[in-house]
Amino acid sequence: MKSVFSRAAVAAAALSMASLPAYAQSIDEKVNEVFANSTGWFVSLIFSPFPGTSFPWIVAWLVIAATVFTLYFAFIQLRGFRHAISLVKGDYSDPNDAGEVSHFQALATALSGTVGLGNIAGVAVAVGIGGPGATFWMILAGLMGMASKFTECTLGVKYRNEYPDGTVSGGPMYYITKGFAERGIPGGKPLAILFAIFCILGAFGGGNMFQANQAHAQITNVVGDYPGVITGVIFAAVVFAVIVGGLKSIAKVTEKVVPFMGVMYVATALVILLINFDQIGWAFGQIFEGAFTGLGVAGGMVGALIQGFKRAAFSNEAGVGSAAIAHSAVRTKEPITEGYVSLLEPFIDTVVICTMTALVIIITGQLMIDPATGNYMLNEAGTAIATVDGNGGVALTSAAFSSAFGGFQYILALAVILFAFSTMISWSYYGLKAWTFLFGESNGSQLFFKVLFCIFVIIGASASLGPVIDFSDAAIFAMAVVNIIGLYFLMPIVKRELEGYLGRLKSGEIKKFTTPAE
Amino acid sequence: MSEKYVVGFDGSQAAERALAFAVDHAKATGGSVVIAHVLEWSPYSFLTPTELEERHKRRSEELDRAEKALMKPVVDGLAGSGVTIETSIKYGHIAEQLGKIAEDAGASQIVIGRNGHSGIGSRLFGSVAGSLAQTSPVACTIVP
Repeated sequence: MKSVFSRAAVAAAALSMASLPAYAQSIDEKVNEVFANSTGWFVSLIFSPFPGTSFPWIVAWLVIAATVFTLYFAFIQLRGFRHAISLVKGDYSDPNDAGEVSHFQALATALSGTVGLGNIAGVAVAVGIGGPGATFWMILAGLMGMASKFTECTLGVKYRNEYPDGTVSGGPMYYITKGFAERGIPGGKPLAILFAIFCILGAFGGGNMFQANQAHAQITNVVGDYPGVITGVIFAAVVFAVIVGGLKSIAKVTEKVVPFMGVMYVATALVILLINFDQIGWAFGQIFEGAFTGLGVAGGMVGALIQGFKRAAFSNEAGVGSAAIAHSAVRTKEPITEGYVSLLEPFIDTVVICTMTALVIIITGQLMIDPATGNYMLNEAGTAIATVDGNGGVALTSAAFSSAFGGFQYILALAVILFAFSTMISWSYYGLKAWTFLFGESNGSQLFFKVLFCIFVIIGASASLGPVIDFSDAAIFAMAVVNIIGLYFLMPIVKRELEGYLGRLKSGEIKKFTTPAE
Repeated sequence: MSEKYVVGFDGSQAAERALAFAVDHAKATGGSVVIAHVLEWSPYSFLTPTELEERHKRRSEELDRAEKALMKPVVDGLAGSGVTIETSIKYGHIAEQLGKIAEDAGASQIVIGRNGHSGIGSRLFGSVAGSLAQTSPVACTIVP
């Protein structure tokens, strides 16, 4: 009796599934069309090039900012590096504060928001279009970005809101409002509101749709093609369960598995590099040569540079202001210590993890080289480098890793899903903070945002890569436009904090708590 | 000679036995007892952004609960025993913190109860009694 029943159920399910894909496919197309049409203007505004060149102004904006902060704080990313590690280790943490958020925890949480598809898919996009040379610019942007992160996270802690119940809210919208008021500069509030709007768009874009989109791409890469709307609905349901239903267990599991996956990803990349030890020199040769010549990629050297800078910024989010939201929850008497800790983020994210991905793609020979000229061959459309299997994005990374380790695509698929999920959870929080800044902390308004967030998961998984990635980049860079204006005005405050802190460190007023054995 | 005993206390029956043992000995030597409660905590664990935001609030709640629900009844119960009672609530690794509390208080002995797990669990993850036996800075009594 039972078997008859279950067989009938399976048949019914199979019938309904058979008609679903065709229907869903047309939804996908519709979503894609509407999406591309409605966001196109915003994308072209953000990425419009300087007149007469192909160099987008926004890339220059980020690089100039990172350079300014690097010089203004006299290469804080180099001279503060050891102190940053010492802080993360807890050398300067008061044992009586045990049980509060530690520097390590704030760093880990902020990292799990940034380490994600940018490191896996984004790098593949950069190297696929800009060639190996893009890696050089990516690393450079990562190193410079450390100074931007230092600036914004210090401000994030200094100007956070602390509520009577002990919870905190921080981020660019708070430091722009309060910092500007403190310095007597007008326009803080409107600027903060603008940031909050872009932050919400960024949360829907790079923090959500891009993640859902690439997670779907990776799943289809493993199990075969099926409509994105199905992935979207499943993802949305899980995200809904966590952020609306308060199902902490899922989030808890993810938060524990993600760091493990990250370590495993880097370890696997290292093993692949070790196996191809003799090629490492060649790969770095390609990276340096490509950085200044382009080695035949679309747009030449500038093409490589734009791709590298774009991906670095998208991956480590330095200057974007998102990390300042995550870092502002830490308990510390010295806001500057959080700045120190946060400068490790672009280093781990971009200089270590992104570079690993790029090296693996280059070393495993995924990019086709014309044997006659030594340059890279372009695909038929002339927009990207031709790859062995015609892959791009996350599929390219997957192909590179599984060419060395068969079956790695399954592990990568799992990693991508988890990274995507943890990034979505982080960004739902960033977006929510911006939302409540604009619309108040009432439960109704919070719920509205969360539901909207879940809807965008479905849209992201259904749309094709092009329009989604464009919109994601545009929204996140728009945050950087506003945030960096704020940082320029407020950086003297950070400098004052830094000098005061260094003075007290030197005089011995601030010292390590780990007492040496007597 | 008056001795100071640190008792690892978590409200369990084993902990009650350890406390009774320490109080008896303190009475006999004219010593005192520090009732110590350690909330398991690692600064290297991973939290979600929301947990990060609420951490300070949760910590206050946890401390408050430990103080009121765990410590107060015990301290009140021992009020007439004639032994001086102090309390200490800390965050961290249990064995490590008990050692530290003993050092800071200048105690001569740590007393803990044993839950009596002998199985795979404690072999894999270690037990408080086991690590305390390895690391305790002062004499350590394990009450069965």
